Amino acid sequence: MTLSPAPYAGGVTEAAPFSSAELEHIRAQFPILRRDLHGHPLLYLDSAATAQKPSRVIEAEATFYREANAAVHRGAHTLAGEATELYEDARGTVARFLAVNDDEVIFTSNATEGLNLIAYAIGNASLGRGGAAAAPYALREGDEIVVTELEHHANLIPWQELAARTGATLRFIPVDDSGAIDVDAATGVIGARTRILAVSHVSNVTGAHSPLETLVPLARAAGALVVLDACQSAPHLPLRPRELDVDVAVFSGHKLYGPTGIGVLYGRAELLNALPPFLTGGSMITTVTMEGAEYLPAPQRFEPGTPRIAQAIGLAEAIRFVDELGFDRIAATEHQLGARLLAGLAELPGIRVLGAGIDAPRVALASVVVDGVHAHDAGQVLDNVGIAARVGHHCAQPLHRRLGVTASLRVSAGVHTTADEIDQAVAAIAGVRHFFGLTGENA
Amino acid sequence: MSGLEQLYQQIIMDHSKSPHGYGLTEGDVTSHQRNPVCGDEVTLALRWSADGTRVEEVAWEGSGCSISQASASLFATLATLAAEDAEAGNAWTPDDLQAFIDEFREALRSRGQIPLDEERFGDAAALSGVSKFVARVKCAMLAWVAAEDLLTRKAAGS
Ligand SMILES: Cc1ncc(COP(=O)(O)O)c(C=O)c1O
Repeated sequence: MTLSPAPYAGGVTEAAPFSSAELEHIRAQFPILRRDLHGHPLLYLDSAATAQKPSRVIEAEATFYREANAAVHRGAHTLAGEATELYEDARGTVARFLAVNDDEVIFTSNATEGLNLIAYAIGNASLGRGGAAAAPYALREGDEIVVTELEHHANLIPWQELAARTGATLRFIPVDDSGAIDVDAATGVIGARTRILAVSHVSNVTGAHSPLETLVPLARAAGALVVLDACQSAPHLPLRPRELDVDVAVFSGHKLYGPTGIGVLYGRAELLNALPPFLTGGSMITTVTMEGAEYLPAPQRFEPGTPRIAQAIGLAEAIRFVDELGFDRIAATEHQLGARLLAGLAELPGIRVLGAGIDAPRVALASVVVDGVHAHDAGQVLDNVGIAARVGHHCAQPLHRRLGVTASLRVSAGVHTTADEIDQAVAAIAGVRHFFGLTGENA
Repeated sequence: MSGLEQLYQQIIMDHSKSPHGYGLTEGDVTSHQRNPVCGDEVTLALRWSADGTRVEEVAWEGSGCSISQASASLFATLATLAAEDAEAGNAWTPDDLQAFIDEFREALRSRGQIPLDEERFGDAAALSGVSKFVARVKCAMLAWVAAEDLLTRKAAGS
């Protein structure tokens, strides 16, 4: 298993984008791309919702079921031993991917569960569970949890609920009129009362990189924990929680070319071992009496019950897949695609792209509002020519409301996306207003 | 006609641009329905005859995709046409209305198998095309679900 953690490269890299021959080779590994839709070849531009799966990931999961299926961490027969080893190898692969220790990697079912896990563990600490070790993380009235106005509901509602359960106050860093996080306002929001900052690495609506270089030091100065929602960065940039100086980072495997039903929570070892568990049950304990239980350290402490074994193995295969492609090259390719997408959209009359301007660092993703046409109708026109794009509020209602819209149309690229596909999508978006009988700037 | 043209027939485009029955007034008993996936919203009222036995008018307000808005408008038109025919006794009773809602739902969920009866549904039969687009059925159903909710509440006496 060769995983060479590359240093954090930001959005732009020096590496060469994939050549067309390389792209063809990559595309050939995604069986679903051979499908067609309404007589057109499938043009999948919804990787931000969920990525398609290369054959090797599908095979890795199936092979486990065919050849090595057994419960892990239970029983002593050979098969159980093999399955345990495969599962723990998968954890090791994720740990090297993040450049962290194995026992700092918790498998969850998705990012949503990861965020709930940390919020509930802190909530349980606030109830006095976990004793003296957990006490420093307990929240009480007057404490503040800070999020941003552009968060996905998964990184908002668990904190709303935690605030409601503990008496803490939830505050947010606003976005500006374009939809970019208002960095200047952050200094007025993050302060002495801040105990937790929960922020996304890359927005799933605007594709913009969050200004972590400003937000994280502010949170650190306040002595707050930093929780990073890395769902939309993990598939596109090298993810290095330690370099980013965050305490917790979560992502979903299914957006990283892995199976559904598997996600990852990275947590600093001291933090994980100090916090009480979220879900409880078997496989996470040392001693159990009728009155109580003692818990294993992380990761077992946070993985009660039979885990997602096949899915973890599939995720490890997906990580090997992207690692072999190389994040520097993925980022270089997607940077070009993103620039092409934004430039193409900027030319179109009656199209508003949500988020900061064309030069702001972002992944190859754009959400647009078509003047005079509801996103649902716009998406239907794209679907008609085989383009799978996402319509709706993308689980970010507050951001859409702030920008004065209820829904938008989002296109998002993956490692198999070509420049030609981006051009086709831009052309299809250009055709939307025409189809609905609208022309000119302000029909 | 391509699938897309079947979905967006001219009648639907027209109703979404100039909706009928749009505008609620204070005192209307309304039902508010949302499609959480895309944020479509319809708030609808059934205005009953003085004796409460017949629908005289359907009024609504809303925002969202053209299918959801056109469907509410077409529903209001259908009710109005029936009411204008009141002398022939055609204004909807609760049972009539429920029958329309049931037929509409059955057709829309049929994945293109059961078209709406043009005799009964008039212009609203243009919504038949929606039934092939599973993701849009909920949009078209919003107004009708609101009406059904009002019927249920009326029957329960609230
Ligand atoms: C930024 C962001 N956070 C959280 C999530 C939640 O991920 P999941 O639904 O896989 O738990 C998503 C994806 O839907 C996302 O884009």
